[in-house]
Amino acid sequence: MVVMPSLINGFSFKAYGSLPLLNAIANSQNSDHVLVLIQLNGGNDGLNTVIPLDQYAAYTNARSNIAIAEKSVLKLNGVDKTGIHPAMTGIQQKFNDGKIKIVQSVGYPKPSFSHFRATDIWLSAADSTETLDSGWMGRYLDYEYPNYPTGYPNSQMPDPLAIQIGSILSLGLQGPDVNMGMSITDPTNFYNLINGIQDPAPNTAAGKELTFIRTVAKQTNAYAASITDAANKIKTQSPAYPAAGTNSLADQLKIVARLIAGGLKTKVYMVNLGGFDNHDNQVDPANTSIGVHATLLGKVSEAVTAFMEDLKFLSISDRVLGMTFSEFGRRIKSNSSVGTDHGAAAPMFLFGDHVIPGVLGDNPALPANANVNDNIPMQYDFRSIYGSILEEWFCVKSADVSNVLLKNYQSLPLVNADACVPTSIHEQNVRAGETLITNYPNPFVESTTIQFETAGEHTLLQIFDTMGKLVRTLTDKAYASGIYTLEFDATGLGTGTYYARLQNGLFQQVRTMIKVQ
Amino acid sequence: MDRRDFLTSFQAKAPEQDFSQIDRTLSGLTPYSGTWGTAEVTHLLKRTLFGATVADVNYFKSKTLAQTIDELINAVVAEPLPPVNNYNDTTADPDVPAGETWVNAAHVKTGNINNLRTNSLLSWWTGLQLNQGRSITEKMVLFWHNHFVTETSNINPAGYLYKYNALLRANALGNFKDFVKQITVNPAMLVYLNGNVNVKAAPDENYGRELQELFTIGKGPDSKYTEDDVKAAAKVLTGYKDDLTTYGYTFNAAKHDTTDKTFSAFYNNTVVKGLTGADGEKELDALLDMLLAQNEVAMFICRKLYRFFVYYTIDAATESNVIAPLATVFRNNNYNIRPVLAALFSSEHFFDSLNRACVIKNPIDFSIGLCREYNVAFPDTTTDYVNAYKAWSFMYTVSRDMNQELGNPPNVAGWPAYYQEPQYHELWINSDTLPKRNRFSDTMIANGYTKGGKKIVIDPIAFATTLPEPRDPNKLVADSLGILYKIDVSQNTRDYLKTQVLLSGQSTDAYWTTAWDNYINDPTNNTNKNIVLSRLKAMYKYIMDLSEYQLS
Repeated sequence: MVVMPSLINGFSFKAYGSLPLLNAIANSQNSDHVLVLIQLNGGNDGLNTVIPLDQYAAYTNARSNIAIAEKSVLKLNGVDKTGIHPAMTGIQQKFNDGKIKIVQSVGYPKPSFSHFRATDIWLSAADSTETLDSGWMGRYLDYEYPNYPTGYPNSQMPDPLAIQIGSILSLGLQGPDVNMGMSITDPTNFYNLINGIQDPAPNTAAGKELTFIRTVAKQTNAYAASITDAANKIKTQSPAYPAAGTNSLADQLKIVARLIAGGLKTKVYMVNLGGFDNHDNQVDPANTSIGVHATLLGKVSEAVTAFMEDLKFLSISDRVLGMTFSEFGRRIKSNSSVGTDHGAAAPMFLFGDHVIPGVLGDNPALPANANVNDNIPMQYDFRSIYGSILEEWFCVKSADVSNVLLKNYQSLPLVNADACVPTSIHEQNVRAGETLITNYPNPFVESTTIQFETAGEHTLLQIFDTMGKLVRTLTDKAYASGIYTLEFDATGLGTGTYYARLQNGLFQQVRTMIKVQ
Repeated sequence: MDRRDFLTSFQAKAPEQDFSQIDRTLSGLTPYSGTWGTAEVTHLLKRTLFGATVADVNYFKSKTLAQTIDELINAVVAEPLPPVNNYNDTTADPDVPAGETWVNAAHVKTGNINNLRTNSLLSWWTGLQLNQGRSITEKMVLFWHNHFVTETSNINPAGYLYKYNALLRANALGNFKDFVKQITVNPAMLVYLNGNVNVKAAPDENYGRELQELFTIGKGPDSKYTEDDVKAAAKVLTGYKDDLTTYGYTFNAAKHDTTDKTFSAFYNNTVVKGLTGADGEKELDALLDMLLAQNEVAMFICRKLYRFFVYYTIDAATESNVIAPLATVFRNNNYNIRPVLAALFSSEHFFDSLNRACVIKNPIDFSIGLCREYNVAFPDTTTDYVNAYKAWSFMYTVSRDMNQELGNPPNVAGWPAYYQEPQYHELWINSDTLPKRNRFSDTMIANGYTKGGKKIVIDPIAFATTLPEPRDPNKLVADSLGILYKIDVSQNTRDYLKTQVLLSGQSTDAYWTTAWDNYINDPTNNTNKNIVLSRLKAMYKYIMDLSEYQLS
């Protein structure tokens, strides 16, 4: 709901308005599965993250200067062959609680070792031999909400389709035509509405005008109010988070939890943590369990764990699925500057109440004497992960999954099958943004003509005032499909805002009308 | 007021920071002698042209300020070729072959031809803005259009509108007195302000009033003309009529009021002697002599120039240190416009840091300036004129939809952004227009618009290539901002653009340099190209989405 209460000529109105209570009637179904994508920028060293205990000799042989001591590796319940980095105690706990899925050696054929190219491949879900200028989540959101941005926000989807925190214009959210996401780091945008950071405006004419424009930007952004409203609804979050400013991933995920719990229907959130490009000094040579990479993995573990605690605290944990990814893993063999160079396949983490817990796949097969060019071969194509999430979490029909991913991919057991929502929700989403009801003139003085489109069968057209009181029922009967008009004669009614609500089968839409003197 | 205006008109609340006492300057018309670098050149160019292009900035940086002012203001600009029949593919013009100009063709009263000609004119005008040279002319044409307003939608035939447009262009940097005289008898103006129905038997005061209130004397504190002065002026102006055959005017002595016209004490009780026959026309000269003898005229025009080119707030210091001496320059130069502009744009006041970055771009400045600064390619004017007109027509609709409809100011007073207290320029920005601006820049940097079979789109690689050192991410950010922004942004924001966008979150500058070099070494490699392209797109989108981009 984007609500901007204000007062003019003594009556309140709501811009972009449709009544919250009307929306509540229409969308009571659980259509709000959320996916949180955690991007680890720089290329995370998978082999020091998920450690092949069954090949420990080959592992230490390949990377003696950075190998984690066997006794330090964290054990996972029910898993003998595989452990995780000692900094990831939180993840260990969540794994043992059955909330984590580790997928081994995810990659793609002919991997790219360029940060940029590999990032683009992961975000666009392209083959390494092709270039796509849209992102996989962007294509999914375009499939779900094909009219976007025309007619948005609307009662079916009053909130941003996707929110990106901590970066801008991710290729991952780029749809075929427009970017389907909203970035909330933008200094004139949501991030600042929540956190209040932007370049200060000088006390000059330029500063005055800049502040004016920023003010308008904030007030008029179609989603600003819905985002701040959602954020403001949540006053208390789990104490599990580290102190603000000490772990940027945790800070970002804390905002995500707040927005989800505050009621946003946003489907996808993207957050990120940079710094994984550890060519040198990846570990402390004196103690390979600590150092730069350990700090980073510790942050990931701490942030994800706190986030999961918070989701539970806010009673929304069953709505959220999380996933980590990085543009590539690193070479099996470490280099001589106590680091690792750009590599290929690496493990991914999925987390949430509905994941099928455990480790999917075998440990990578390490050569006894790794040479400098040896890479971890892929076991799973990353697009199989994407496709499985779309199918099992967003309940996209498998035929449609291949349309989003542009090819067929293997379906993997990642999420419990009971998580799906009825397909009728998708049918509604697809039509969201279409204007089914309009009126003219608007504002009007005495009466106004309401035009509405019905798909046929029972059609109800009601007028509400701003208090939610039913003022008129203009029609309540079966129609043949088509476009019709009805007159709303408001003689005798006070000036102010009225809402015309159209209900036709699954669809409902609200039109804001203003009566003036 | 339409619904959206209704909804948005009050949404812009006062900002929290108190700007009631902003820093202003005491500087005046003393010639500026400080630094002449990119910041100063872009400041001058963004105000006097539609956007500052890299090529123009480099060109003028190699000159002095004086040479720059001289070229911008004094360079002779050839009269552009007139608008042509670009519409023959849809509707044939009975009198004008495709590609030929219609401006002298007979008025076609029936059908759609006149509208098509009018659209051709508006597209053509937009094209002139896009293709402007290193001259202030087109910006001054817009200034005078906002001053001597006519509304296209009220005027037939299109030939009148062309005459009006050509008049603005011919006099934009000429002599104000000649200008007022010619505009008074311009057929579009005669139609628009009813000069064509102002006859002895039934004087129409419309033009006589606006001539004083809006065109010459204004409504400043020292403007004291009376209602009787309006009536007297109307009588002087009786007998004129637009001429449908010549697209000029006729003077009918029989309909001219030949009585003596006596003006108020404000005009020193001047009497404009009634004249008969063809001499009746000479009364207009006497009237204009009387009007322009008032110091208030120069003050009024200079205030208007100031609000258009510098800032909308005119405090007491500005009034005495800038407006008054500028008005003196205007009068001392017999109302020639060029010396006034030269004095203003050469001044310490204009280059004062407190007067930079404070103009909110009007929609035409925003949209045309965007295309020019990025050197966006348009269809060729001569070889592909039909598509060129389509593209220009599209650009015309862009600024129109943002509330500045070229050729159609909302009323005779012009766009409220230049007169409506207290908001002035801020009126350009509201919850309807700001998202439209963002959407336009977002689309231009993303996939662009396809108009007339040709894509209008920013090529960010081509733009970056024109900057001094695009392979250095720090310089690329700084130099991009140097062209695109007038207000400084913090190091944080610069670092953000570099790190989050160009480096995709990495901390090593060399990653960008390598990516750029890879592209340069093999521009045909699409993978290399896309790596650079996607990051530049993201960066320029971000730059244009920030509020800073709205300032000039």
